[in-house]
Amino acid sequence: MSGVRVLVGTRKGAFILTSDGKRDRWDISGPHFGGWEIYHVKGSPAEPNRLYASQTSAWFGQVIQRSNDGGKTWEAPGGGVPTAPGGMPVGESNKFAYDTSPETGRPLTTHPWYDGTPRPWEFKRVWHLEPSLTDPDTVYAGVEDAALFLSKDGGLTWQELPGLRGHGSGAKWQPGAGGMCLHTILLDPGNPERIFIAISAAGVFRTDDAGKTWRTANRGLVSQYIPDPTAEVGHCVHRIAMHRSRPNTLFMQKHWDVMRSDDGAESWQEISGNLPTDFGFVIDVHANEPETVYVIPIKSDSEHYVADGKLRVYRSRTGGNEWEALTKGLPQKDCYVNVLRDAMAVDSVDPCGVYFGTTGGQVYASSDAGGSWAPIVRDLPAVLSVEVQTLP
Amino acid sequence: MIRVELPPHLRTLAKVGAEVTLEVEGLTTQRSVLDALEASYPVLRGTIRDHVTHKRRAFVRFFACGQDLSQESPDAPLPEAVATGAEPFLVVGAIAGG
Repeated sequence: MSGVRVLVGTRKGAFILTSDGKRDRWDISGPHFGGWEIYHVKGSPAEPNRLYASQTSAWFGQVIQRSNDGGKTWEAPGGGVPTAPGGMPVGESNKFAYDTSPETGRPLTTHPWYDGTPRPWEFKRVWHLEPSLTDPDTVYAGVEDAALFLSKDGGLTWQELPGLRGHGSGAKWQPGAGGMCLHTILLDPGNPERIFIAISAAGVFRTDDAGKTWRTANRGLVSQYIPDPTAEVGHCVHRIAMHRSRPNTLFMQKHWDVMRSDDGAESWQEISGNLPTDFGFVIDVHANEPETVYVIPIKSDSEHYVADGKLRVYRSRTGGNEWEALTKGLPQKDCYVNVLRDAMAVDSVDPCGVYFGTTGGQVYASSDAGGSWAPIVRDLPAVLSVEVQTLP
Repeated sequence: MIRVELPPHLRTLAKVGAEVTLEVEGLTTQRSVLDALEASYPVLRGTIRDHVTHKRRAFVRFFACGQDLSQESPDAPLPEAVATGAEPFLVVGAIAGG
């Protein structure tokens, strides 16, 4: 292990934080793509210097960026002028066109808007990029309005996996407050055909045939804010997480409620236990202890900041229900930040490092599994996402 | 030769200066200018007009010769001064804020 690289997406650019295995001194590079919203940056597990970034703007739309040197330099795949007729596709890396062919997708044309009226599906941005576990050129993209896209050529071109949006429940998906986004993609390390995804506000879906067909996976979820609290879809799932050694065990931070499943999302049980509030966005699992889970409780769905002015990470070492507050090094007065759904990650060093970014622009790190915390950097733009690479 | 002035974020994306020059065949219209721009700088596809529908993005406006041309037909001829290169075709990011 040569070091740790933290990939931070913010409202106004991307930042890359690097350290050796001690994780006490950090180099900070950025902003990359200054002024643009960077929803997510993630590295390929198969080739750690291959990074993908989602660069987006209300003005100028979506741009996919790619790096082959760990973030030192970037390119928009296919952004150059073709050098020969019939060469590689150009200008397609930011084209996310929904599949409207009747043969493949049973495509939907509308979903309910906030007020219940039908609304056409409209691409807005890429929320999450999930590179393949084995091939650096294969990467999935979760987008708003909710759909799953796949690139097999390093981000040059994207094709929708239309079986998800064409799933029988699609006409019931509604946007959450942040939009109708597909924000979580979990690839099963033991079964390349199995993928879990989560959509706000539809819920969890699972495929067992590499994305051709999908099933809802929300049994056990109870959401009092929807007309049928135990409906098949309509749950505002904020984030799901998995330990790579136990792909059938999933942990979920829902709009309200922290949940777990031990049967590959066939069913869910609540594990909120003694949390001060079970509203929140992030959830993650210790890299070396599959039953150690982290959440950051947020006061409520209307306030969107931590409770009592105290920034507290909660850790359960029992797979849920019994939670302890981790506060050492975190502000315990006058703190009113939020931690968004993609803004927590862990490294796989021993002891495990835990990282999260706030809407106040701080990126906090713990190199002792949460026992103590310190800011790596504290004055960035609002943090949208945090990913970590443990470098070979 | 057509002159096109880009907003700062798109200059950075395309790795160009404030103004680019293009050769446009046939009638000089919004469509022909943007087609030529995207052919020369493919990274700009989807950033000024929608990838699929080719409609102007909501927060992007087009100006030339002191006129707001944003609502004009994409196939309407642009002013003669743009067609001759005397004046640039301006792609502008709408100002937001308070």
